[in-house]
Parts: sequence; structure tokens; C-alpha cells
Amino acid sequence: MLLKRLSEAFGPSGSEGEVRDILVKELANVVPSWQRDALGNLIALKPGARGPKVMLAAHMDECGLMISSIDKSGLLRFRKVGGLDDRVLVSKHVVVGSKRVAGVIGAKAIHLQKPEERNQVIPLSGLYIDIGAKSKEEAEKLVKLGDYAVFATEFGHLSDTVVKGKSFDDRAGCAVLAEVLSEDYAFTLYGAFTVQEEIGLRGAGVAAYALEPDMAIVLEGTTCNDLPGSEEHGYCTSLGGGPAITVMDASVVCDRRMIAELERLARENDIPVQFKRSITGGSDAGRINQTKAGIPVVVVSVPCRYIHSPVSMLSLKDFEATIKLVKLFLRSIEGGFLL
Amino acid sequence: MKDLIKQVVECYGPAGNEKAIRELITGIVAPYVDEIRVDNLGNLIALKKGGEKKLMFAAHMDEIGVMVTHVDKHGFLRFYPVGGVSPLTMLGNRIVFENGTIGVIGCEKLEAQKDLTLNKMFVDIGASTKEEAEAKVRIGDLGAVSREFVDLGPRLVSKAMDARIACAILIEALRTVANPAHDIYAVFTTQEELGLRGARVAAYSIAPDVGIALDVTRTGDTPTSITMDVSLGKGPAVKIRDSSVLCTPAVRRYMEQVAKDNDIPFQLEVLEAGGTDAGAIQLTQGGIPAGVMSIPCRYVHTASEMVDYRDVENGVRLVKALMETKYTG
Repeated sequence: MLLKRLSEAFGPSGSEGEVRDILVKELANVVPSWQRDALGNLIALKPGARGPKVMLAAHMDECGLMISSIDKSGLLRFRKVGGLDDRVLVSKHVVVGSKRVAGVIGAKAIHLQKPEERNQVIPLSGLYIDIGAKSKEEAEKLVKLGDYAVFATEFGHLSDTVVKGKSFDDRAGCAVLAEVLSEDYAFTLYGAFTVQEEIGLRGAGVAAYALEPDMAIVLEGTTCNDLPGSEEHGYCTSLGGGPAITVMDASVVCDRRMIAELERLARENDIPVQFKRSITGGSDAGRINQTKAGIPVVVVSVPCRYIHSPVSMLSLKDFEATIKLVKLFLRSIEGGFLL
Repeated sequence: MKDLIKQVVECYGPAGNEKAIRELITGIVAPYVDEIRVDNLGNLIALKKGGEKKLMFAAHMDEIGVMVTHVDKHGFLRFYPVGGVSPLTMLGNRIVFENGTIGVIGCEKLEAQKDLTLNKMFVDIGASTKEEAEAKVRIGDLGAVSREFVDLGPRLVSKAMDARIACAILIEALRTVANPAHDIYAVFTTQEELGLRGARVAAYSIAPDVGIALDVTRTGDTPTSITMDVSLGKGPAVKIRDSSVLCTPAVRRYMEQVAKDNDIPFQLEVLEAGGTDAGAIQLTQGGIPAGVMSIPCRYVHTASEMVDYRDVENGVRLVKALMETKYTG
């Protein structure tokens, strides 16, 4: 399953090569040519004879860690890459570097903690990655400064329809995009697998600048907070509620005509959809929308619980419905839907 | 001109849904310009031809507002802020939606007044059930403050003076300018309150030689106000800086000189916080010389923003004079 391979791939912001390789191989038969730009964006080019130029975008990168120093004792100090929650770091399995050296994020055991320490989130300065090395020299044989680390989370099924894995934000979007690219369309389609979204929407802007599409659809794995402790108006999205359409987030106001068309298609084809019910957080759509003379965009997301943590969760029903909805939208463009 | 101001400030147009205000302005300015178009972000771009250089004026037509994020079973609407919305000034306000539906803002029971936050507040449109509410308003709909324009004589009060008063000034200047010395691009921008978004893409497509944003600025002339050397009634302000821009000195000098040559009173403005469209225009493409003319405004981002009518009249004179005077900087 492509989603499994993408989820388990090593691809923190700035080091998306493994994800890129999986996609190029997976789509070898359906994408006639690729473009790789200076930032590392991977763009599938599917030229068409008529109609607008449409860009689909999903970001390949995930939140991770970067090794910032190696202690005499062989322990690795690190910084965060992207918006990880400090509270979820301690006691997690990670892999370091492309050689995937196994490590554990360690901290003082509970017996040794002072009472006040037990009430605090351990700051980054109190955390380290332990790869079992006994000295700096031994550690340096396996790891060097600037190496990245990501969570060592295996993909798996929790039920027939619910799966867990790391980095569904935005490997779920990548998997949706890959599936959409497997079909041919009459218009020119650019499938942009972008880099460095988690550290400031950096890849998408330059991709949009180079491609200059007439419209863009951003595919995301987005926050889903339909959980105890949240009031219903704070859910953002609900697992199993269908693809989430963004009206507005912190970076963008989505195009109302595109939203209306997605809603129409969902209604006429019995696909459940929901609106994303928060406007915090940005997306590649913001950068694309602000490129050159302005590009109309919309965001369609697979709801994912527990994003930006070692393990997230999604419903395959939402995932499949997202693919279906995006394909219908592209067919509608083929049928003459224009802005 | 007060009729024009009333019409423009009272119109609905929160950031992200500027359709109604755009259509209103289009109807008013179309007879006075050579070309008019709407771009992908909804900016209204009007061109009045007159010279070799391109002089762009940007006045944002969006206002702050709320976006509905949830409708509960009793018909109450939860919302997120759109732009710089303060819970302090929102409570008790009336909100209007695009279709004319009116609601009032209420809040949950609070232990103390300082606990007031936007996520404890809701809009009540008089519905008793979710179904009844959803027949009028849906998730994603944008609301704006509903409040009438009041003419206090020398001073005018309304919601959305920020920056509709600038839109009114730009409209009036377009209607009355005699001999433009440049190709005048009058841009009524969108999404300024969300991060100068409309102006950025408009400036890219126009690629002007000079950009001047028209907006409001804060004042330091109310009891224990912020320290700021701008007052109502002392003329439009020529901006030196805000947090988005250091105005290009040549543009600032041009604006000051034109004001002096035409005996138009003006004041200089240093604004500590806040941004304007000029910040986005200046950094577009290879860099564009940019300045700002601000109308002093009290109580910015409340339902009752106050400006001085004499500043408005002098603002029109200055904008007109800028249109008619070649920029040589």
C-alpha cells in the first residue's frame, strides 16, 4: 500500500529524498515527465491539449528533529524541525540519519526527578537521543551534526477502516495526489510534491511561481480534534466525516467558486464532506495564492487525528472519498468548469 | 461627499468576501475611468490614463469580521476572528451576514470579566434550532459588524472607516481629477486585514513605478492614549513608518512637497504597530518605491471609528494633487 510506504519513509523538511524516490518509482508508468527544482520540489508534468493549467500540491516533508551536538557521553542533542509538541517527545523511538540508526529519546527516570520536575514539560535542553553509543567518538561513527531524526513509527491497521502511522500530514495528501495522477486528463495537470511546508510553506511558493497555474488544489492531512475534552465547536474536523474543505485558514481565503463546485459534486455523488472548523494554521495554499498576480486555490484535506506527533490516525473511508472528490473536480474542469 | 462616505462605510465586506463593496465601488467609479477589472484575489483595479509613469493607489475595501465555524443544536453560531478582532469591543455588537441576516454577540457565563475570550463568545441570530439557524447561515459564512454611519458635524463615526474612508477619498479623487500626470491605477484591495494579501498580487500584475497606500492611522489625542504625534483635524498624515514598511524617502518627500505646494495641511506619522498595503507593494517584484497617506482615526477596529471631515477633504485634495503632479523621484 502506497500510503504505508509513504508514511514510513524518512522525510523531514529539507531531506525529502526518500519520499521523492518512492513517488518517482510508483508513478513511473503514469507520469510522462518530471521536473525537480532547486528547492527539491518534485513536479509531475501531465500536459494536456485544452483547458486551464491546474496545479495539485501535497507536501512531502514531515516534522522531525535535527542533531545539533554530540555529548562526550555519546548522547545526541537536537532541535526541532517544524511544529512538534515538546510534550510528545520523551520516551519515543526515533531513527537518525538516512542510515536509520535506531535511538530513543531519553530523560531522567521518575525515581530521580525532583517533585517540581514531575509537574513540568521537559524542555528540549533536558532531552537527548540515546543511540547506545558510549562516547562521542563511537557516536560520530554513526551520526554527524545536521543529521535528521524522525519517529520510528510503523504503519498499521487499527480496524478495517482506520489506520495509524506517522506523518499522515501530509503523506496522506501525497498518496491522494499519486492516485489522482494515475488517470489522464484533457487539460495540463501539474502534480507538485512540495518540500519544506512545515518550516514556512517554502517549497510551494517557488513551484507555483515557476508553473504559474490558473488554479490550484492543495491536498492536506489536517487537524481532527473530535475527542473528549473538546467542545463540539472545537473539533476542527471529524474522523469519518468525509474530506474537509477549507474556507479560510491562517494563510489563505479559499476561492468561493471552487468551494461551491466541490460542494455540488459531493452532493450529487453522495460523498460526505465537511468544512474545516478552525482557521488556525497555514498551508501551502497561502503561498500559492499569493504568487505573482494571484492564483485561486482551495484546500481539500483528509482529517487526521494527532498530527505533529509520533503517530497519527485516519479513516480510509475519508481517504478514498478525498480521492474520489478530487477526481470528480478534475473531471468537472475537463467538462468546462472555469473560474 | 458625506453621502458617498455613508454608502461606502456602511456596505458589507469582511476580508475574504468583498463582493458587495466591490460591486458598489465599481458602479460609482466605472464612468470616470478608462479600464476596470477584477483580479484573482478580488481586487478592483481601475485605470485612468494620463502619463508615462504608473502611479498606483491602494485603498483596502475589506473590513474586520468573523467567520462562522460551528452551529450548535440550539442555533448559536461559534466563530473565529477575521483580522484584528478584540473580544473587548465585540461583545454586544450586531453582526450582519451577506444575505442580510443580523445576529448579536453574546458570551458564556464568565467567572471574571478578564476571562472574556473570543472562543467563549457566539452569535445569536434568533434561531432556536440548528436547522433554523442553518437555513440562514452556514459554516464558513463571514459576518461583519453592523452599525450606522453618524455625522457629528466636523467628525464622522462608523464601523469600517478602516479603510473605507480611504476608498471614499480615492473614489472622490478619481471623480474630480482634471489632468492626471500619470497612468493612475486606483486599486481597491482585498484581504488587507489578513496580511496585505490583495495589494501584493495587484502590485505584481501592475508593476507600478510608485505605489501609495491610502489607509487610516491611530491617533494620540484621546485621554491617556498611546504616545503618538497624530491628531484628528490636523490634516492627512504622510507616513514615515509602521511595522510593515519604511516608506521610501523619495516618495515621502514627493508627498510632502505636493502638500506644501498646494497649501494642504498635513502631519507626519510614525506608527509603532500595524501595517499597510504599502508594506506589500514595496517588496513586490524587484522593489517598488512606496508611501502612505493616512487619515487619522480614533477607536480603530471598533464598531465606532471616528475621523475628522476636514482631514477627509484635505485627503481628497492631496490625492488629487498627487495624481496631477509628476513623480520625479
